Amino acid sequence: MPEQTSLRPLMRDELLPPSRSNRRHLISIKDLGRPDVERVLGLARTFATSLDRDVKKLPTLRGRTVVNLFYEPSTRTSASFELAAKRLSADVMSIKSSGSSADKGESLKDTALTLGAYDPDIVVIRHASIGAPNVVARHVDAHVVNAGDGKHQHPTQALLDLFTMDEEFGSIEGLHVAIVGDVLHSRVARSNVQALVLMGAHVTLVGPPPLIPRGIEALGCEVSHDIDVIRDADVVYVLRMQRERMQAGANFVSSLREYTARWGVTAERLASGQRVMHPGPINRGVEITPEVADSPESMIQRQVRSGLVVRMAVLYDLLTGGPVAAVAPSAIREVA
Amino acid sequence: MALAVGGASLWCRSTEPVDIVVAGARVVDPLEQIDESLDVTVEGGVITALEPARAPRPRLLLTPGFVDPHVHLRTPGREDEEDIASGTAAAAAGGYCAILAMPNTDPVVDSAAVLGALVDEAKTHAQIPVGFFASITRELAGEELSDMVELAEHGAVGFTDDGLPVRSAGLMRRALQYSAAAGRVLSLHEEEPTLTAGGHMHEGAVSAELGIGGWPSIGESVMVERDIALAQYEGRPLHFMHLSAHESVDALRRARNVGIGASGEVSPHHLCLTDEAIRSLDTNFKMSPPLRSEADRQALLGALRDGTIEAIATDHAPHALHEKELPFEEAPMGVTGLETAFAVLYSELVLPGVLELEVLIERMTSGPARIFSLAPPRIAVGEPANLALVDVEQQWRVEADGFRSRSANSWLLGQQLTSRVVMTIAGGQLAYAA
Repeated sequence: MPEQTSLRPLMRDELLPPSRSNRRHLISIKDLGRPDVERVLGLARTFATSLDRDVKKLPTLRGRTVVNLFYEPSTRTSASFELAAKRLSADVMSIKSSGSSADKGESLKDTALTLGAYDPDIVVIRHASIGAPNVVARHVDAHVVNAGDGKHQHPTQALLDLFTMDEEFGSIEGLHVAIVGDVLHSRVARSNVQALVLMGAHVTLVGPPPLIPRGIEALGCEVSHDIDVIRDADVVYVLRMQRERMQAGANFVSSLREYTARWGVTAERLASGQRVMHPGPINRGVEITPEVADSPESMIQRQVRSGLVVRMAVLYDLLTGGPVAAVAPSAIREVA
Repeated sequence: MALAVGGASLWCRSTEPVDIVVAGARVVDPLEQIDESLDVTVEGGVITALEPARAPRPRLLLTPGFVDPHVHLRTPGREDEEDIASGTAAAAAGGYCAILAMPNTDPVVDSAAVLGALVDEAKTHAQIPVGFFASITRELAGEELSDMVELAEHGAVGFTDDGLPVRSAGLMRRALQYSAAAGRVLSLHEEEPTLTAGGHMHEGAVSAELGIGGWPSIGESVMVERDIALAQYEGRPLHFMHLSAHESVDALRRARNVGIGASGEVSPHHLCLTDEAIRSLDTNFKMSPPLRSEADRQALLGALRDGTIEAIATDHAPHALHEKELPFEEAPMGVTGLETAFAVLYSELVLPGVLELEVLIERMTSGPARIFSLAPPRIAVGEPANLALVDVEQQWRVEADGFRSRSANSWLLGQQLTSRVVMTIAGGQLAYAA
């Protein structure tokens, strides 16, 4: 009787049915290697200099089509993807929908098939459901960019955050970043932990115990429930406290008032010289005080500006072909 | 055709009893303590001779037909996903000689009328003998007991609210007491709903990374512990369906060690996969209870080896393609399994030396039969022929269009397997021949 058995992988790549193409997608930070991230950040730096010019439009993606498919409300992400595509001279089609939860998946497949008939080069999708970008990748012959899927991933947010930190500190390697708040429900936190760890940063997650998912340390980060530890970080990254999570009976925290008192990021809890980031939109007076959000230490507006150039870099990189490494074949496995 | 076994009944269409000689196969029957190459003669559906093989054929394995105590036939209500004819045909192709169907249909099997309609259907369309569970509570609502005594008299093989737990401890206690009058064992889907609310996969490092809502292992085991305590107090037996968590296995082992009449079953997918499979976001890895950690998988394997878990049950749960083709958290729970169970367990566990062939066969034949007081299939002279013939060297790939089931939501699509059932005889009738 063998004591230990290793699980043979049942998903063997060579057995997977061929996907519709070998196109690269950006669905999860997990799909990226360090060279991929460095290449995208380098491209973003190049595009940043173009923003200083008088005429900001580049002809690079002329004749290409980018479809923005937003099933969830979004200001920053949808606006910056649209502007990024336009700055690169691509044709842009932006579709906003609030599909009902019952028929989301099926209508998503049908929408994907419909859009596919227009031969888009890139589909950018924001959706409330985990795996929605995979559904689109399965049915449309286009590069797919995940602009946020449920609690899963928001990879371009993490890349723009890396870009912002890299500009400020000159390197990500060795930085200490404290991510504070509702990690459990945050795709931004998941993508950021993976991206920061990939680039050699030291990450500490801070928040009330019910809002820190069990097992998250496996990503290579530390966990603390004590807000005082943020003092040791170079960057304090504040997550949005989603009010809908805090309804009576949910019991993730006893009250918003107690959350703010115990885990709110205030000037008193910060050390001098620390930088503060937030993915927006901000709940002023809840997870962060207005003084901190508007202080010189805050990089929140720079994050928004980074969003534009990083999304230009992502669109450019997918369409002009970097190394083929940015997609996990299992992620686009055909269901049947 | 009705087979009365231990008070419960199984039903099947009647065809000509089979006359056949299965020559040269390696015959393995743990109950009869047989493991040798034999020529097996069946006349009029009954085994009439076992003789040393004149020409051994080592590619062929002959075992007692398999018994699956946990199958969803989706009838009545969702005949587009499965019906009695297609579900029993799938079972026959998997080597099964008897299956027991779950009552969470539409309408629920909670009255003699619904049960009677199923029995009539089975008598004309079932390819192999099938038995039917009735629900513990009316409409699975968890509020009032169904008429268990009457349902048992009409042949209900047992009682379960599968798909749902019996939330109320008070009602569970009454059900245990009342099941004595019905003379049947309660089969339990163990889940503490306030711990599993919003859960779509095992809670652990993978769910933390993916952001998918967690269904923790204690969501199962706290109910297992509760019901063991109730069963001990009432002195009544219990059966735990589709166990997934090592905490549940530990509780079951402790209960059996002090003489509580508790039994358990485990599914092939919980024996072969862990929550790592969910990284693909493939909804054919989504089921209830969910795939768990490697430690849980090892605990299940250990319990299967030492007999703490007596039965392998597929929890065959067909779903329409369009319902599974949704983002992960919106897709329904459940995967099919009848046509691949033996082949995948042989490929993934027996061939690598993780599980002995005899143990696998026992847990797929006499183990489940014993729990539900069914006459176990035996390879012995004078016994009705219930046989599965397997080509242990055949390599095949699981394909969506290769199933006899109406549904193709298999966790093994695209997978290469070694060994395939080539013939099934059930209740003395030829049920399947490749």
